[in-house]
Amino acid sequence: MPTTCSACGTSPAALRRPRTGHALCRACFLAAFEEETHRAIVAGRLFRPGETVAIGASGGKDSTVLAHLLQLLNQRHGYGLHLVLLSVDEGIAGYRDASLAAVRRHHHRSGLPLHVISYRELYGWSMDRIARHLGPRNNCTFCGVFRRQALDRGALLLGADKIATGHNADDVAETVLMNFLRGDVGRLRRGAGAGTAGGEGAVPRCKPLRHAYEKEIVLYAYFQGLDYFSTECVYAPQAYRGYARTLLKDLEAARPSAVADLGHSGERLSLRSDLRLPARGTCQRCGYVASQPLCKACVLLEGLDRGLPKLGIGKHQRLRDKLRDGQPLTEEERRRLGAPAEADGEVPEQQEPGGESGVQDKERGGRNLRGPRDLDF
Amino acid sequence: MAAPMSLVVEFGGGAELLFDGIKKHQVTLPCQPEPWDIRNLLKWIKQNLLKERPELFIQGDTVRPGILVLINDADWELMGELDYKLQNQDNVVFISTLHGG
Repeated sequence: MPTTCSACGTSPAALRRPRTGHALCRACFLAAFEEETHRAIVAGRLFRPGETVAIGASGGKDSTVLAHLLQLLNQRHGYGLHLVLLSVDEGIAGYRDASLAAVRRHHHRSGLPLHVISYRELYGWSMDRIARHLGPRNNCTFCGVFRRQALDRGALLLGADKIATGHNADDVAETVLMNFLRGDVGRLRRGAGAGTAGGEGAVPRCKPLRHAYEKEIVLYAYFQGLDYFSTECVYAPQAYRGYARTLLKDLEAARPSAVADLGHSGERLSLRSDLRLPARGTCQRCGYVASQPLCKACVLLEGLDRGLPKLGIGKHQRLRDKLRDGQPLTEEERRRLGAPAEADGEVPEQQEPGGESGVQDKERGGRNLRGPRDLDF
Repeated sequence: MAAPMSLVVEFGGGAELLFDGIKKHQVTLPCQPEPWDIRNLLKWIKQNLLKERPELFIQGDTVRPGILVLINDADWELMGELDYKLQNQDNVVFISTLHGG
């Protein structure tokens, strides 16, 4: 029962587009996908000629398609952009090294410059080391927070004017669902928009593929023969986003436009005017954008360095205040913050910053606490 | 009555990890009374190829949502999905979309 392409009317159709239900042949699909991305870039005024754009490149399907498309459209439509691949090495053995290999292959094939920035050099902690201290849950909290900063710091190093990430329509829809399900009104307000304005150590970002269905990104990559890496991160199975993803996939099966519609709803949410929401300021320690006195990354790192890895997970404001005031914590309080149990039941001395080895940060590879304007690595 | 048939079955996008990491499988389906359609192919794959965690590949009698199916490089939604009657030398590709990008 072959269907004919509804665009060219000659070739047999290769896919049914989820949002419209139109059947397109391979060539017409590729052309439509490229043209739609171009129109989204132009309509969203995402870039200006002469800008340096750092493409967040993980080696996965979305960022591979994004990098391929930006390079192609930059050339075809004369955007006048200087494109760079920016990769973050979180230090997840077996996962990140394999996907970075895919980025390097892309870099060699495309000729786009590549810069890799690692958590170890930025923070002194790899994700594998964090997971050993934290356990199987909540790793994604650390990783997401650290990666956001890592991309900004890498982009600043490169002199990039913008960061482009490969988030697709499914990612946006999942985020809207997650924020609703968790009552995260602050994120709902910030969430589904076209990008961020930047400022306070953050480089403006955009998501050129935010209207593209994940299915179409996969098929675009498949039909173009693009080489990408795909394995689930070993820490991801415990992540809350997985539940939102499963829900979204079931919703999409019943009504394919649900993916686009959720993003549409998210972008148009208006909140009650009497709500008190966090204001945007800067971190007292590192100068990065923050809604609290310390940015999330600094709180998380402080927890890791003090042997209290859950300091930044969950609500521990009273205990954080105790630490800040130099008061000792009880054994039970320390355990609540994720400290390993003491065999002899004595309350241990509070650990010096610098973590279990007591070695200065610099020797471990340097957590740079200075602000983004002071980067020297 | 279905005659025995030769197919190429491919797994990508991470789905191959459920099949010993092997992406391309040359498959011969035996003669059987029921016709060979995708529905029955899935049952056969579950019994004969799937090495672990069937719930990551199959949900009920169809593929888990998020797994794309291509038959001879065309979206199975255009070919009747589970009801498509397989033909000798067909190429069926299962691509998982369920991983980070």
